[in-house]
Amino acid sequence: MLDGIWIGLSTAFSFSNLLMVIGGCLIGTFIGMLPGLGPMSIIAIMIPVAISIGDPSAALILLAGVYYGAIFGGSTSSILINAPGVASTVATSFDGYPLARQGKAGKALTVAAIASFAGGSIGAILLMIFAPALASVALLFHSAEYFALMVVGLSAIAAFAGSGQVAKALLMTLVGLMMATVGEGALFNQPRFTMGILDLQSGFGFITLAMAMFALPEALFLVLDPSRSNSGGNGGDIKDLRITKEEAKKITPVIGRQSIQGFLIGVLPGAGATIASFLGYAVERNIAPKEEQAEFGKGSVKGLAAPESANNAACTGSFVPLLTLGIPGSGTTAILLGALIALNVSPGPRLMVDQPEIFWSVIISMYVGNVILLILNLPLIPYIAKVLAVPRNYLIPFILFFTLMGAYIGQNNATELLMLVGFGICATLLRFANYPLAPLLIGFILGSMLEDNFSRSMQLYDGIGFILERPMTMGLLALAVILVVLPTLRARRVRKQELQAAESD
Amino acid sequence: MALDRWIALVILAVSLSYGYTAFFMMDAGLPPFMRFNPIWPSTFPKVIAVLAAITSLAILLGFEKKPAESDADEIDFSRLWDYNIGQAVFLLALMVAYALLLRPAGFLLSTLLFIVIGAALGRATLYDPRACCRGCRWWRLVSGSANAGYLPQPAADISQLGGHNVRRYLDWPLDGFLVL
Repeated sequence: MLDGIWIGLSTAFSFSNLLMVIGGCLIGTFIGMLPGLGPMSIIAIMIPVAISIGDPSAALILLAGVYYGAIFGGSTSSILINAPGVASTVATSFDGYPLARQGKAGKALTVAAIASFAGGSIGAILLMIFAPALASVALLFHSAEYFALMVVGLSAIAAFAGSGQVAKALLMTLVGLMMATVGEGALFNQPRFTMGILDLQSGFGFITLAMAMFALPEALFLVLDPSRSNSGGNGGDIKDLRITKEEAKKITPVIGRQSIQGFLIGVLPGAGATIASFLGYAVERNIAPKEEQAEFGKGSVKGLAAPESANNAACTGSFVPLLTLGIPGSGTTAILLGALIALNVSPGPRLMVDQPEIFWSVIISMYVGNVILLILNLPLIPYIAKVLAVPRNYLIPFILFFTLMGAYIGQNNATELLMLVGFGICATLLRFANYPLAPLLIGFILGSMLEDNFSRSMQLYDGIGFILERPMTMGLLALAVILVVLPTLRARRVRKQELQAAESD
Repeated sequence: MALDRWIALVILAVSLSYGYTAFFMMDAGLPPFMRFNPIWPSTFPKVIAVLAAITSLAILLGFEKKPAESDADEIDFSRLWDYNIGQAVFLLALMVAYALLLRPAGFLLSTLLFIVIGAALGRATLYDPRACCRGCRWWRLVSGSANAGYLPQPAADISQLGGHNVRRYLDWPLDGFLVL
């Protein structure tokens, strides 16, 4: 492990990679602060930039920097103007915005910055401990187990989607898998489902799809409803960034607990930062003493620190399945996985053996990025927050232009742009109907790997028998079925009970 | 019928036609030696098609409990006409026009038009010269940042890039702009 840290230090501290971290954090913070634009759209817009760098570790460092920069910026906008750009910072605005209304915006931003910093750093330490251990276990896995693991990952994403959403998330995953089979795969040398269209021969472009799923609907929503970008109004002047010793003493145990809890939740596929931040907030409110409990929601520093540290730790945690198993747990890590594949890196347990510099430099760059964000944000916040005043009608053509360019640069084909617009419209419609879009992209990216592993185990065992012959595969597949069926059954039982209760009344 | 069910219906139709292709049409052209293989090109699509059809049916028939309240942050589809639908459609049409114009009219002209028209929209009418000026200024900003991001190194370093990047650099239409 010390060797690895050394490799990571020497890679991450090279001049160009330091610039990548700083640049990524800055871009992420700036764009993330614009309400309505979450980390996923920003990363989708940044992929073409990262891919054209050519060096996988630099690209991953840049994208990771953008990722946590965006989360940082998102919490700033939810504190200052009560307009969370992403679901994972909604919990931040519960207590952050009331604090800003009381004229303590500076203090709230400081608490958020410290909590994010601590959450991210503790998460990075845990990642450093967990990931190598998990990777060494994962090296024992066979293609059959991989297939089963991916099925578990995909169904967990559906299962964590929330009530009334499980079937929708599952359907989106399946649509993603369907789209992955379009084109000529490596396995059969035979075009499938191209409908005779030559442009589909190589399948759908990953960048096009990512842009259409995440960047375009955001832009369209901003056009449709301008109030999304400036709801709430100004939270007051930012002054007096200092926090008292008492408050520091109050938030320290909160940050410690929530960093670990957030990290563990982040590791689970599909759970991610949103659940981590809401759960962190709820847990802290429940275990707080009575008199402090009343403060939650009215500007409690504890209630601000809890979701912030959980959120950042969960983001770091979501790198564990990505780097060790090559299975993305969230939309953001799915985009990172796609970028890695585009750069000829195959993420998985072999990554640590074959290209340790990528793995370790990303981890080291997380520390660097966190420190940079802290340094950058504490003194500069009042100035950076000015970006919130950017007029919206300059922002939207900017997003659209970058999505168009990103799709064009990937395939150099104008038809790709038409596909982008078409998929963008479909994605917007799906968002209207509350269909989650991240599972679609995850399914699309995992689709070919899933089929490869499935086919390999089918060939090795000459049929479907591998499921019965390998107990671990069977166990994992059973787990997948339980994950999907259980929430649905429970919801039905609850509804039945409600009906009975209503009848007996 | 709510929008999500309509979408489920569309996806059901798609998955049925996908499944039809997988079950009845794909295997016809399969060479005989591949028929001994336990896995055919159509095996995996068959599984997905069945699962997708079942799932979309489940949504269509409303097996799952509806969420209690919808997200206040989201846009209400039933009130779609209250929003700036015209602007959105216009921007989409602009993007399609851009895609169609990109090859015939060239990158510079079509991008300039796209940005100027796009940025002028919303602030003022298209005929307001001040809005167009602002659009132009803004376009310079964007194209500058696009160069900085998309081109990994200064032009002098092209020789050090890999073959793939050189090709991308040469294909990349902005290099004409760099010369300008």
